[in-house]
Amino acid sequence: MKRGILEKLTVWFSWAAGLTLLSAVSVLLGYLLLKGHEALNPALIFGETPPLRALLLRERVFDGLFPAVAGTLVLITLSIAWAIPVGISTGIYLAEYAGGRVKRALDAFFDVLAGIPSIVVGLFGFASAVFLHRHFSERIGPCLLISSIALSFLVLPYIIRTTQAALEGIPRDIRLTALALGATRLQNIFLVLLPKSLSGIMSGIVLAIGRCAEDTAVIMLTGAVASAGLPRSLLSQYEALPFHIYYISSQYSDPAELTRGYGASILLLFLCAALFSAAYGIRKGLTHFTLYRP
Amino acid sequence: MKNLREQAAERAFLLSALASCAITAGILVFMVLMGLPLLREGGFLALLLNSWEPYRGAFGVLPMVAGTLAISLLSLLVAFPLSLGCSFLTSGIAPKPLRGPLRRIIELMTGIPTVIYGFVGIFLLVPLIREFFRHGSGMCVLTAALVLGVMISPTMTLFFCDAFDRIPSSYLKAADALGAGRAQKLIHVMLPTAKKGILNGVILALGRAVGDTLIALMLAGNSARVPESVMDPARTLTAHIALVIAADYESPEFRSIFTCGVVLYLSTMVMTFLVRYLARRGEGNI
Repeated sequence: MKRGILEKLTVWFSWAAGLTLLSAVSVLLGYLLLKGHEALNPALIFGETPPLRALLLRERVFDGLFPAVAGTLVLITLSIAWAIPVGISTGIYLAEYAGGRVKRALDAFFDVLAGIPSIVVGLFGFASAVFLHRHFSERIGPCLLISSIALSFLVLPYIIRTTQAALEGIPRDIRLTALALGATRLQNIFLVLLPKSLSGIMSGIVLAIGRCAEDTAVIMLTGAVASAGLPRSLLSQYEALPFHIYYISSQYSDPAELTRGYGASILLLFLCAALFSAAYGIRKGLTHFTLYRP
Repeated sequence: MKNLREQAAERAFLLSALASCAITAGILVFMVLMGLPLLREGGFLALLLNSWEPYRGAFGVLPMVAGTLAISLLSLLVAFPLSLGCSFLTSGIAPKPLRGPLRRIIELMTGIPTVIYGFVGIFLLVPLIREFFRHGSGMCVLTAALVLGVMISPTMTLFFCDAFDRIPSSYLKAADALGAGRAQKLIHVMLPTAKKGILNGVILALGRAVGDTLIALMLAGNSARVPESVMDPARTLTAHIALVIAADYESPEFRSIFTCGVVLYLSTMVMTFLVRYLARRGEGNI
């Protein structure tokens, strides 16, 4: 009799927990859409400026999100560009070359790297910017370049892990066929193994893009500012979508600005949701242990 | 010729692996070096256990350590039952056709940016807490912990689901053969077998909670005092770094945030190694 109660309680408890979490997140999304839906129009991004002229960089956008969106896109592109070559080659080394103790040691390093809080990476970026400013050139300060490098440190483990997991998941017969036909190790990697694991690697990259798009802690320390216009050079400060949202939440001056904050949140949310579902769609088989080391 | 290229490629791969390691170690070394002048004066422990009163020359980070602990542990308390329940649902309790979609929704939830949790928290939860408890501004440990708990739940759920998925199907079939119901199978077979995986998930989620900046920064009120109740405002180590960053480069305030950085780095490192240790010990028996 007592057992029956325990089981019923478990079932009740599970449904209650599931509904609580789902409703918490639906309230979050619903509230955002309710408050922000009226801001969702071209004026949210381009303000009073005609969209075409803004896109062709003929006119500066003052009261729209265009500079923030552009800043985020440039930032993502740069960070991913730094992280991909290093990440993929490290993944290849881990999966194909490293053995035994070396691999265990490297594994430990990348687990630690994956666990470092993003604000600490941001602090590192900021401190190195200040260091470079004092000892090398007056022109270097917190800027787009520093931000993108710091962000690439943050997403490096994602790319390393997905590359490694994708390569290690290749079955033995595929792995040995080309070698048996006389291919060298390198040819085997580039002509057989990498193409075979491309989808896994891609999902890691997409996930890394999502992480770059949403991260706020790193960029608020390394050069994102509230108003800078379009990013002009690698050494200039820039605007970014997540930082803009944070800034509005603490400094908004009128309801119109607040509504724009809701609009920006919806924009960022859809961007991240799209990237995440893409990452999961590309490769379902990768476990969350490779993807979600915090 | 070919041999040369092979070797060059291997060198290049090794080099990037070493570079990634150097980044990991370099961040810690840099933090320690930058914080050194202040560390030398009083010692690491004194800095850790002192209060934060910059006007009286005290730059200890104790209030921030307390704030981080209070907020992250409380958020774990919120997230653990939620995640356990959700993982029960997706690995056994919910009807089969619902499980897949449910899991996909939870996977999607992990992609919600933290700044959005913070943004909605400020305008939705903070006024509610203020009205409900009629105490302070509504920005307090409780508010931050609630939002943080919801934020880490999806990830924690997925870790738990993974732990359940790794149970050999022979165990489950044996339970089925003995006539166990869905809930019985969960309580008596799956839960005891996946204990270690669940502990792993909790530690990893704790690491996320400790490392999160935006939610605490936006919702916890940021007062640099040890919170006495969950209704008090508090400041976490992460928020402290973000707040003090504007100060003068040579000032002791600025130096002190590197102590925070080192503490954060080392504590997440300890958690990482704990997870690795548990995983290695568990290799033999699931």
